[in-house]
Amino acid sequence: MTINTLAKEGWHREQMACFRKMEKVIVAMQDPDMGIKMRNQRLLITVIPHAMTGHDIITWLIQKYCICEEEALHVGGMLVRYGYIYPLKEPRSLVLKPDESPYRFQTPYFWTSTRWPASELDYAIYLAKKNIRKQGELMEYEKERYSLLHKRINHTWDFVVMQAREQLRASKQRRKADRIVLECQEQAYWLINRPQPGSQNVLDMGLERPNNFSMRAALNSDYYKGEIEVCRRALGRNRVKSSICLEGFLKYTEQYQNHDPIMQGCLPSNPWISDDTAHWTMNTETVPTPTRLRVERWSFSFMELLNDSMGKKEFMTYLEKEFSAENLCFWQACEDIRHGESSKIIEKVEEVYKNFLAPGAARWVNIDSKTMDKTLSGIKHPHRFVMDDAQMHIYFLMKKDSYPRYLKSDLYKNMLAKAIVPQETKKSVFPFMRRQRHSSPSPAQAVTQTTEVDGRAKAAGQAGTNSAAGTNA
Amino acid sequence: MASEKAEIDALKKECDGLRTQIEAARKAVNDGSMTGASGGVASVGRVQLKLRKTLKGHLAKIYAMHWATDSKQMVSASQDGKLLVWDTHTGNKLVAVPLKSAWVMSVAFAPSGNLVASGGLDNICTVYNIKAASPKTLRELDAHTGYLSCCRFLSDSEILTASGDTTCCLWDLETGKQKVVFTNHIGDCMSLALSPDMNTFISGACDSLAKLWDVRDGTCKQTFSGHTSDINAIAFFHSGNAIITGSDDCACKMYDLRSDQEVINYQDTSLNAGVTSLALSSSGRLIFAGYDDFNCHIWDSLKGEKVGVLSGHDNRVSCTGVPEDGLGVCTGSWDSFLKLWN
Repeated sequence: MTINTLAKEGWHREQMACFRKMEKVIVAMQDPDMGIKMRNQRLLITVIPHAMTGHDIITWLIQKYCICEEEALHVGGMLVRYGYIYPLKEPRSLVLKPDESPYRFQTPYFWTSTRWPASELDYAIYLAKKNIRKQGELMEYEKERYSLLHKRINHTWDFVVMQAREQLRASKQRRKADRIVLECQEQAYWLINRPQPGSQNVLDMGLERPNNFSMRAALNSDYYKGEIEVCRRALGRNRVKSSICLEGFLKYTEQYQNHDPIMQGCLPSNPWISDDTAHWTMNTETVPTPTRLRVERWSFSFMELLNDSMGKKEFMTYLEKEFSAENLCFWQACEDIRHGESSKIIEKVEEVYKNFLAPGAARWVNIDSKTMDKTLSGIKHPHRFVMDDAQMHIYFLMKKDSYPRYLKSDLYKNMLAKAIVPQETKKSVFPFMRRQRHSSPSPAQAVTQTTEVDGRAKAAGQAGTNSAAGTNA
Repeated sequence: MASEKAEIDALKKECDGLRTQIEAARKAVNDGSMTGASGGVASVGRVQLKLRKTLKGHLAKIYAMHWATDSKQMVSASQDGKLLVWDTHTGNKLVAVPLKSAWVMSVAFAPSGNLVASGGLDNICTVYNIKAASPKTLRELDAHTGYLSCCRFLSDSEILTASGDTTCCLWDLETGKQKVVFTNHIGDCMSLALSPDMNTFISGACDSLAKLWDVRDGTCKQTFSGHTSDINAIAFFHSGNAIITGSDDCACKMYDLRSDQEVINYQDTSLNAGVTSLALSSSGRLIFAGYDDFNCHIWDSLKGEKVGVLSGHDNRVSCTGVPEDGLGVCTGSWDSFLKLWN
């Protein structure tokens, strides 16, 4: 039983996968041998058969799934909220009480997944029945909906009333106990499928996204003309061979694997787990000595170096030694123009021209004449991206020339040598635990661990889980 | 009328012809598959992440979350009409921003940490200064004719928005005006992501297409098709050379930007729920995808295998995010809780 929506090409997508799972539990609960033991419950003067108490439900869940009481209460609560079990006392309060409160299983006929989607017609008949049966039995919100439906499906209203009367007549011929049961079941169904405004709607599928269809892009000639332009440009694009690109991805993930805390853990320990913030302290923007992983990353790509403020400073020091620091200064100034406030663009461009581009400028940057001409004419009407070409030129200059030499320089090598490799902090909570290579059980490591240590690791892992559950109550 | 229709038909034919040529060009460079290339790579095995923290505080469905660049603070938006800025390490709520409209669908943290932005069914992207004594509305960016599905800051001066009116837009925060409007999608834009170098961005829409745009000139540079339903989530691979998309058709896909085509499809017959959100681990090897089935499933990005699951939410996982330092992953759900895992 699934809730399906017919997507394009007629293929079904499950909307509420949870229903299928809950139904499995419900069926197990009603198993004649292993399920919950039913009994008769008294409701005022009537006896309701096949009922159980909240306590029964919880006990059964605990036993069957070997879970704790908190979790059983949670799961049982979900079964009630989704309408698979309904309370006999206080039917409007869909809550599982772990006491002697009576509950009953909803009949599969009234499972939300069986009758999906809930039909407007059925709802109208239900409200009509309530209205006819006892004047004033409809609640305020039900009255509103009733009158709304009356307007909306007015053409079938005779049918609605007739059906309501028929169903009422048929139910009168049942035993009182059965009649009450049926009424309870039907009420429970509608509490789920047409909930009271303000209460949680478990079937809520999301915000109604009002679309302004009149503004929608019309597939007219203008649209196609634009598309053709886009396609022509896209066609002329340079495409790189797949094999080369894929190699790139493999290299990238491999290179960064040791720098991925989720895959390999992190030293000295992951603050999310150990609550020790040493990792963050060691990796703040400016530290006297950076960590080794951090310095290693500077060699991965030029962008990595520039993105790290410390790396950038080191690189600047190197460039100063080489008397080409103006390149990096120019690049930074251009970044400032690109991402800074619009109102300051004009004055910033002026500054950059004065310092870096004007003939005889104090920190003149070496740009090819074509780019220089283009930039100079662009400066007459300065905008955010006017320096882009020049900036790109200098960027590639540094990347191809200065950057590789920096990586081979003593400055970098010394930095790498004195960089810290943090000591892994022992988990203080369980001092008897076997010392692990990484503080967080490395998911990748789990596979490669030999079977000999598997047993111990498993036991340690179990203890770890319990501790995690305990500290994160 | 007839001549108009004839003209449109001719244009459509030309357009289709070009698209076929593009497909042919893509095929021509396709000399290897990802699954083939990753054959020699070691498997990650079973990835079992533990729940480390549950952040409680929202009173209704959480629709969006975004990490700050310091990897400690995080902002979340909920249908209860509040934005909450969290210190995820202590679990404390640092700032609560009351929203004018409770129907929020997206939230973003500025790289500087000074501003947050949110928007939704009100069609407006509101930017707040959270460093002031009490959160102050800095700007109300009001020009979209459809709901705001996603927003991302480039800096404290610029922000990108994606909207249900099928357009994306670059705004100047100083003037509060639109600078560039990106039009080419024919369905509601559902999400966007900025490239690492901030020169381009990608958008996913209900027309099942993902598009790459140039931030400066507003042109669509590349279009990727393949999904059969709305694309709800999109992200860049950290190298900037690929994009990952998640869709209502229950699949995620990776598209390579340089070879201009799909390289791998992440789909499993047992997974029959739509993808709502996704995030990548720092190395890009793991993809965390939130689904309608209340779980966040973990994929091996290179081998295309499902390697784990984060179970614990009572309702749809609506948002997922990995902070810059990559220490773990955060999932936000309609059950009103945010959970941190690693």
